[in-house]
Amino acid sequence: MGAAHSASEEVRELEGKTGFSSDQIEQLHRRFKQLSGDQPTIRKENFNNVPDLELNPIRSKIVRAFFDNRNLRKGPSGLADEINFEDFLTIMSYFRPIDTTMDEEQVELSRKEKLRFLFHMYDSDSDGRITLEEYRNVVEELLSGNPHIEKESARSIADGAMMEAASVCMGQMEPDQVYEGITFEDFLKIWQGIDIETKMHVRFLNMEAMALCH
Amino acid sequence: MLRAALSLLALPLAGAAEEPTQKPESPGEPPPGLELFRWQWHEVEAPYLVALWILVASLAKIVFHLSRKVTSLVPESCLLILLGLVLGGIVLAVAKKAEYQLEPGTFFLFLLPPIVLDSGYFMPSRLFFDNLGAILTYAVVGTLWNAFTTGAALWGLQQAGLVAPRVQAGLLDFLLFGSLISAVDPVAVLAVFEEVHVNETLFIIVFGESLLNDAVTVVLYKVCNSFVEMGSANVQATDYLKGVASLFVVSLGGAAVGLVFAFLLALTTRFTKRVRIIEPLLVFLLAYAAYLTAEMASLSAILAVTMCGLGCKKYVEANISHKSRTTVKYTMKTLASCAETVIFMLLGISAVDSSKWAWDSGLVLGTLIFILFFRALGVVLQTWVLNQFRLVPLDKIDQVVMSYGGLRGAVAFALVILLDRTKVPAKDYFVATTIVVVFFTVIVQGLTIKPLVKWLKVKRSEHHKPTLNQELHEHTFDHILAAVEDVVGHHGYHYWRDRWEQFDKKYLSQLLMRRSAYRIRDQIWDVYYRLNIRDAISFVDQGGHVLSSTGLTLPSMPSRNSVAETSVTNLLRESGSGACLDLQVIDTVRSGRDREDAVMHHLLCGGLYKPRRRYKASCSRHFISEDAQERQDKEVFQQNMKRRLESFKSTKHNIYFTKSKPRPRKTGRRKKDGVANAEATNGKHRGLGFQDTAAVILTVESEEEEEESDSSETEKEDDEGIIFVARATNEVLQEGKVSGSLEVCPSPRIIPPSPTCAEKELPWKSGQGDLAVYVSSETTKIVPVDMQTGWNQSISSLESLASPPCNQAPILTCLPPHPRGTEEPQVPLHLPSDPRSSFAFPPSLAKAGRSRSESSADLPQQQELQPLMGHKDHTHLSPGTATSHWCIQFNRGSRL
Repeated sequence: MGAAHSASEEVRELEGKTGFSSDQIEQLHRRFKQLSGDQPTIRKENFNNVPDLELNPIRSKIVRAFFDNRNLRKGPSGLADEINFEDFLTIMSYFRPIDTTMDEEQVELSRKEKLRFLFHMYDSDSDGRITLEEYRNVVEELLSGNPHIEKESARSIADGAMMEAASVCMGQMEPDQVYEGITFEDFLKIWQGIDIETKMHVRFLNMEAMALCH
Repeated sequence: MLRAALSLLALPLAGAAEEPTQKPESPGEPPPGLELFRWQWHEVEAPYLVALWILVASLAKIVFHLSRKVTSLVPESCLLILLGLVLGGIVLAVAKKAEYQLEPGTFFLFLLPPIVLDSGYFMPSRLFFDNLGAILTYAVVGTLWNAFTTGAALWGLQQAGLVAPRVQAGLLDFLLFGSLISAVDPVAVLAVFEEVHVNETLFIIVFGESLLNDAVTVVLYKVCNSFVEMGSANVQATDYLKGVASLFVVSLGGAAVGLVFAFLLALTTRFTKRVRIIEPLLVFLLAYAAYLTAEMASLSAILAVTMCGLGCKKYVEANISHKSRTTVKYTMKTLASCAETVIFMLLGISAVDSSKWAWDSGLVLGTLIFILFFRALGVVLQTWVLNQFRLVPLDKIDQVVMSYGGLRGAVAFALVILLDRTKVPAKDYFVATTIVVVFFTVIVQGLTIKPLVKWLKVKRSEHHKPTLNQELHEHTFDHILAAVEDVVGHHGYHYWRDRWEQFDKKYLSQLLMRRSAYRIRDQIWDVYYRLNIRDAISFVDQGGHVLSSTGLTLPSMPSRNSVAETSVTNLLRESGSGACLDLQVIDTVRSGRDREDAVMHHLLCGGLYKPRRRYKASCSRHFISEDAQERQDKEVFQQNMKRRLESFKSTKHNIYFTKSKPRPRKTGRRKKDGVANAEATNGKHRGLGFQDTAAVILTVESEEEEEESDSSETEKEDDEGIIFVARATNEVLQEGKVSGSLEVCPSPRIIPPSPTCAEKELPWKSGQGDLAVYVSSETTKIVPVDMQTGWNQSISSLESLASPPCNQAPILTCLPPHPRGTEEPQVPLHLPSDPRSSFAFPPSLAKAGRSRSESSADLPQQQELQPLMGHKDHTHLSPGTATSHWCIQFNRGSRL
C-alpha cells in the first residue's frame, strides 16, 4: 500500500511507539492519506473535509488538540502547523483501549495519559492550569449545540463547576486564598473514583468498512 | 377470633366469581324490614382481601426492617418467601386446604406490569445502550442455550433411568419445561441485586438480560407448548420455521408496541399544560395499555413495557411538571415494591399447596444441577465470544457473579401453573421442581450472593453524587470520541450515538417536547440545576434558619392571621393607569425619618414572613393550588437563601470557608459566590455577581410557573404578600438589592431584599447601580422567551414604580393629608407622621403587632388598601365600592 506499508521496518517502529498493531497502522495510514489528500502531512484545513465533524460542538478544540505540541510530546506549549503520520498515530494512541495484559501500573499510566489529553484540551494557554476563563470557554462551546441556552447559563455552569473543583481540591481555604485554576493534580483528584476505562476508548478494529464510506 | 380472621385471609383473593353464589340470605325468605345493621362481607370481599394481603405484606416489610442486622444479611425476597410459607402453613392448618395460590392471571395482568414498568422507566438508559450487545447476547443466545441444554439433559437423565418412570414426559415435554425454567427472572434479580450493589456494568447486564429474555421465554414456551399439544408426531418442518419466525415477531413486535405507546405518551404529555393533575395518570395508563396490547397480540408484554418506559422517559420528564414527576416516581416505586412483595409472599404460600405437586428426587436434583451448570457454562462461552469484541472485557469474577445471579422466580412459576395437565401429564412434577428451583435460587443463592460478592472482591458500584465536573467531562469525552471516530472514519458506536442525538434534537424532541421545555433542555444544565437545588435544600436542612442575624430585637412577631391579599406594590403596579405615584416630588426631601424607615423596612423585610391566609379560598379537584404551608416553607427557604447570599456578599472578596460548614459540597457552593465576587472586584475576570446566579436559578422554574399562573389568575394572587415599600438612605443601601421578582415566587429562588422606593429612585442613589444590574437585560436574556413577556411586564411595572408617568404625578402630589392622618394613630411603629413621605407600610401588620388581637378577616384587607384608597376616594370612587373596584382593576391590569 503506502510508503509505511512497504517499509515494514518503519511500521514496526511505529508499533513499538504507539502500541498499534500493524494492521491498525496500515488502516490508519490509509485514512491518513485520505485526509491529507496524499500529502505527507495534515494541516488544520484538512479536517474541514470530514463532514461528520461539522456538527460537533467542540470541533475546534478537538482539531486543535491534534496539533497541540503537548499532546504530540514535542514541547511544553504551542501548536504545530502540520502533523505527519507518526504524530497522527500518537494522537490516536490516546484512545487505544486498555490492554488486558497491562498490569496495574500501566493501566494507571494510560489513564493518566488519557486524562492529560483532556486536560490539555481545556488548558488552552498551556500554563498548566485550567482557569475559570478557559473553563467557561469550554462549557460555552459544549452548550453551543443548544441555541436556547444563553451564554450566561453556560458561564454560571462553568462557575459552578469551578467552585466544585475548588472544594474538591483545596478543601478548606483561608479567607484570602484565591483558587487560581485547576492544575493537573487537581484534575486527577476530580476524576478520582470515576471509571474512565469505558469512556475514552475507540475501537480501531474493522475499519475498512467505514473507510469505504468516504 | 384468630381462626375467623385467618379464614378470612384464606378466602381466595381472586375469587370474585364465586361471590354471587354465596349470598348469605337464602332467596326464599321474605324480605326483612329495615335493618339497622347489615353485614355485607361478600360485597366487599375481593377488594377487601386484596387490601388485606397488601397490608400484611407491608407490615411484614416494616417488621423485617426493624432489625438492620437481619435485612443486611438476608435479602427481603427470602424473608417474604419464608413469611409466605409460614402464612400458607397456617392457612392450610386452619382451612384444611390451601385456598390461595399465585394465580397466573393475577400475576401477569396485575403484579408483573408495575415491576417491569418501574425497571424500564428508571433504567439507566445510557448504560443500557452502552451494553446492549452483551445484554442481547445473554438474553437471546443464553436463554436459548439454557432452555435446550437443560431440557435435553433432563431427557437424557430420564433415558438413563435416573428419573422415576412415573414422570411421563417425552423430549418435547422436557424442552417445554426447560424453556420455562431457563429464564432468569427480572423480579428476583432486581430484588437481590439491588441489595448487593455490584458495579453498574455487571448489574445492567444481568438485569437487562432478565428483562429482555422475556421475549425468548414467551416464544419458546408457546412454541413448545403448542408442539406438545399437537403431539410430536404432527409437527412439520414448517412449524419449526414458524417457531423461529415467531421469535422475531414476538420480540420486535413487543418492542414496537412499546415504542408506539411511548411516542403516544410523550405526545400526550405535551398537551397537559392545563390539566397537570392527570399527568401521572397518563403515564401509568399508557404504559399499562402498552402491556395489555402486547399481551393481547401475544407479543412480549414485558418487552413492550420496558421499551415504553425507556423510550418515553426523556420526553415525559421534560413535559410534565415537577410535582407530577415526583408523583410518578413515587407511585411507580410504591406499586412495584408492593407487587414484588405480594409476589414473593404468594410464592411462599403457593408452595404449601401439596395437592398440586408431586415430588421426584431425580428430576428435582437433576434440574437444580443442570440449570446451575448450564448457566455457568453458557455464561463462560458467551463471555469468551463477547470479550473478543468488548472494549472492557468481562473478567472471571464478573462471570461468576453473572452465572450465580441467574435467579429464577415467579415468571417460571406462573408459566408452569399455566400448563395443561391433560396435555402435559408430568405437570405436577414440573410444578414441584419449579417451586424447588425458585426457592433454591431465591433463598440459597440470594442469601449467599452477598458474601460471595464480598469474598470475590467484585468491583462494587461507587456511590458518588453526580458532580458538575463529571458531567461536563463526560460530555466532552462523548464529543471527543465521536470526533475521533469521524477522523478515523470508523462508524462505530459513538458515531451512531452522536447521530441519534442529532436526530433526536432536530426532530423528536421538537415534536415530543413542549416548546418551552425543549428550549432549556440540556443534560449539563439539568445537573447544574439539580445540584443547585440540592445544595440549597441541604443548606436549609442544616439549620440555615437563623432569624436573629440582624442582631436586633424585633418586637415580637405580629400575629399572622391578618389577611393581605394584594400587596401594596402590586396595587400600585397593576392599576398603573389610575395610581398616583409621583414619588419624586417627595423623594427629594431627605430626613432622618426616612433613614429610620428604611432601616426598619429592611429589617422587617428580612425578618418577617408574608402574612398567611387563614383559610383557603379555593378547593379544586383539578388544580392543586399551593397551600399556605407550602408557600410558607418556600418563603422560609427563600429568606434563608437570601440571607445566605447576603453573607456571601459581605464577606471578603475571596474564597473562604467558615468552619461551621460541615459539608464540603455545600461550602463549595458557598465559595462560588465568594469567588464570583472576587473576580468581579479583582478585575481579573469578567464580573459574575450574585445577580447572575439568582437570575439563572430563576429562569428554570419560571417556565412552569408561568404556565400555571396563566391558567388561573387567582393562584397568582395567592402568592403575593405584602411588600414593604419605604425609602432608604445610604447606610441601608449598602445591603440594598433590588428584586425584580418580588411578586410571584412559588419556586425556590433567591430574592434579594426588596428595595425601598428611595433606593430605586432617588437621583443620588443611582450610583449604586444595583437596580440596573438586577433588572438588566442580562437577567431577561436567560428567561425563556415564553416567560419574557411576563417578565418584562413585571420589570416595566417596577420601572413605572420607580418613575411613574408624569400625568399621574399630580394626583399623589395633591394627596390630601387627612386620609393618611387618620391612619396614623393606628400605626405605632416608626411610621412617618410626615405626610409627604410615601411610606406605604401596611398598617394592618403593624397594628396587629401592637395589639396582638385577632383582627377580623375583612378589616385588615380594608386597612391595607387604605393608604391608597385614601386618595382614590378623593379622586374617583365612593368609599363603598373601593375594594371591589380595585380588585377588578387588578385583574384587568394583569391581563394586559
